[in-house]
Amino acid sequence: MASNGFQRTSALLRTLRNSNVTSAPVTFTPSGTRSVSLQIVQQRMKSVGNIQKITAAMKMVAASRLKGAQTRMEKSRGLVVPLIRMLGDLPGIVTDTTMVVPVSSDKGLCGGINTTVVKYSKVVAGLEPKTTMTIVGEKARAQLGKGNSDKVNGTIVDLSKIPMTFATASMVADTILAEGAQKHQIVFNKFQSVISFRPTVATVYSSDEYEKAAEAGQIKFDEYEMEGPERSEFLLDLAEFNMGVVMYNALLENSTSELGSRMQSMENSTKNAKDMLGKLTLLYNRTRQASITTELIEIISGASALEAKK
Amino acid sequence: SSSHCLHARPRAPVRVVPSVFVTMALRHTVARFAAFGSVSVTRAFGTSAMRASDLQKESIASFMTAFESVKPSTMDNPSTPSDFLKPLPPVPAQPPAKLTLNFFVPHNVEFSGVEVEQVQVPAFTGDMGVLPGHVPTVVQMRPGVVSVTHSDKEVQKFFVSSGFAFVHADSTTDICAVEAVPVEQLDPEAVKKGLADYTAKLVNAKDDYEKASAQIGIEVCGAMNAALGN
Repeated sequence: MASNGFQRTSALLRTLRNSNVTSAPVTFTPSGTRSVSLQIVQQRMKSVGNIQKITAAMKMVAASRLKGAQTRMEKSRGLVVPLIRMLGDLPGIVTDTTMVVPVSSDKGLCGGINTTVVKYSKVVAGLEPKTTMTIVGEKARAQLGKGNSDKVNGTIVDLSKIPMTFATASMVADTILAEGAQKHQIVFNKFQSVISFRPTVATVYSSDEYEKAAEAGQIKFDEYEMEGPERSEFLLDLAEFNMGVVMYNALLENSTSELGSRMQSMENSTKNAKDMLGKLTLLYNRTRQASITTELIEIISGASALEAKK
Repeated sequence: SSSHCLHARPRAPVRVVPSVFVTMALRHTVARFAAFGSVSVTRAFGTSAMRASDLQKESIASFMTAFESVKPSTMDNPSTPSDFLKPLPPVPAQPPAKLTLNFFVPHNVEFSGVEVEQVQVPAFTGDMGVLPGHVPTVVQMRPGVVSVTHSDKEVQKFFVSSGFAFVHADSTTDICAVEAVPVEQLDPEAVKKGLADYTAKLVNAKDDYEKASAQIGIEVCGAMNAALGN
C-alpha cells in the first residue's frame, strides 16, 4: 500500500521535473488555472504526511508492546531446555508421516518474517513425500493456501485476539497432535534482537517415535530410573507436554519477532515518507515561486510594451 | 480434501482444562484404580556406543544435508533449538556437594542453576527426596508440594499442579511443572469451596470428559488441602 503511493509520487516528481517547471508553468492556461499542478503536489504532500503520521504511530504501538512481549518470551525459554536435554533435538529421523507447522502472524505490515517462515516451510515440506501442514496464523494461510491446499490439514487463526497462555498453547498442541503424525516440525522466527530474527525448525515426535529413539539410544531415556507409570504411558505424557511447551515458546517467539519486525518496517516507512515530504515541499515551493515569477514577467512585459507604444 | 479452520474466539474468563492433561489424568485415575499395588517399572542403565549428543549432532547434520538438496541457493539453513543452548560440562567423577536446581513453569523460571542441599518432589509413586549423587531418575509428578531445602533453616515449599522432574547424572535436577505457586499463596477458603464444587460436579457428571475433569479437580483440591495441613 505505502510503496505504491511512493511509486506514483516519484513518477509525478519525474514528470513535473522533466516538463521544465522552473521556467514556465506546465500548461498554457488562463491565469486562474495555474495552480492545478500545485494542487496535485499539495494533495500528494497531504497523503504522504498522513502516511508518515500513521506509520510513526504504528511504530510507537509496536515499541510499547515489545518490552512486555520480550519479557514473557524470555521466561518461556526456560522450560524448553530440560525437555531438549531429555528428549533431544533430532530433526533428522525419517518417519512415514510428517507434519509441518508454520507459525505466522495474523496482521500484516510486519516486514518479511511471514514470507521467511512460508519459504522455509515449503522446503521442509518438500523433504519427504507424505507431508501435511497445519497452519498457524492468517498470513501463512494466505500464502500457503493457494499452491499447497492438498497438504493443508487445518488452520488456526486469531490467536492474537486472546491472551497467550499455556492453556491456549496446549489447545493448539492438542489440535496438532490429534492429526496423528509421527513427526512434527514447527517453523517459526526466533527472536534474537529487535532487528534480527532466526528462522528455526523445532522437531517434536509422537510417543511411539520417542520409544524407538530411546531403544536405539538416540535419547538417553532408558538410562534413567522411572518413577511413574510404565514407559509408553510416561513417554506419551512427556511427548504431549513437550508439544505444548514447544508451541508456547514458538508462539511467543514469533509474536515478539512480529513486533520487532513491525517496528523496523514502520520506522523505514516513516523515514521514507519524511524524505518524500521534503522533496515534495521543495518542489511545491519552486513551482509556486516559478509561476509567480512568470506572472510578474508577463505583467511587466505587457506594461513595458504599452509604454513603448506610447 | 477437507480442511477445518479453528478460530480462537475471545471467551469469558473460564478455567480451561487442556484436554492433554485431562486424558493424562483420566488414564492415571483408571490405571491407579485398576493396577492396585503395582510396582513402578525401573530400567537398568542402557549401553549406547555413542553419547546421545553425538547422535544429536548427526541427526541435525543429516537434516541440514537433506534441506540443502531441496532449498533454493540463496537461502540459509535454518537453526534448530539446540543451537541456542550452552554446551553441558562433563559429568564429574564424584558427586558434587550440592544439587543444582532448575525449576521451570511454562510462563516463568522459578530457579535456574541455583545450588541447594535437597529437593523433595511429589512423585507419582510417592514423595521422593533428591540429594546430590542421586541415581539418574525421571519422575512424573502428581499434584503436591515441591520442597526446596536451601540450607537447614531455609525451606521453600511450592504447590505444583503436576509435571515432570529429571535428576541427571551430574546432580542437576530439572523440575518442569505445569503450574507452581508458593504454598503461602494458597487460600484455604477457596480450596474448600473448590473441593465441594468438584465433588458436586462429579456426582452430576454426564460423560467421561466431565467425570475426568471433576476427578482432576478433586485430586488437585485435595492435594492443596493436604499441603495446607488439613
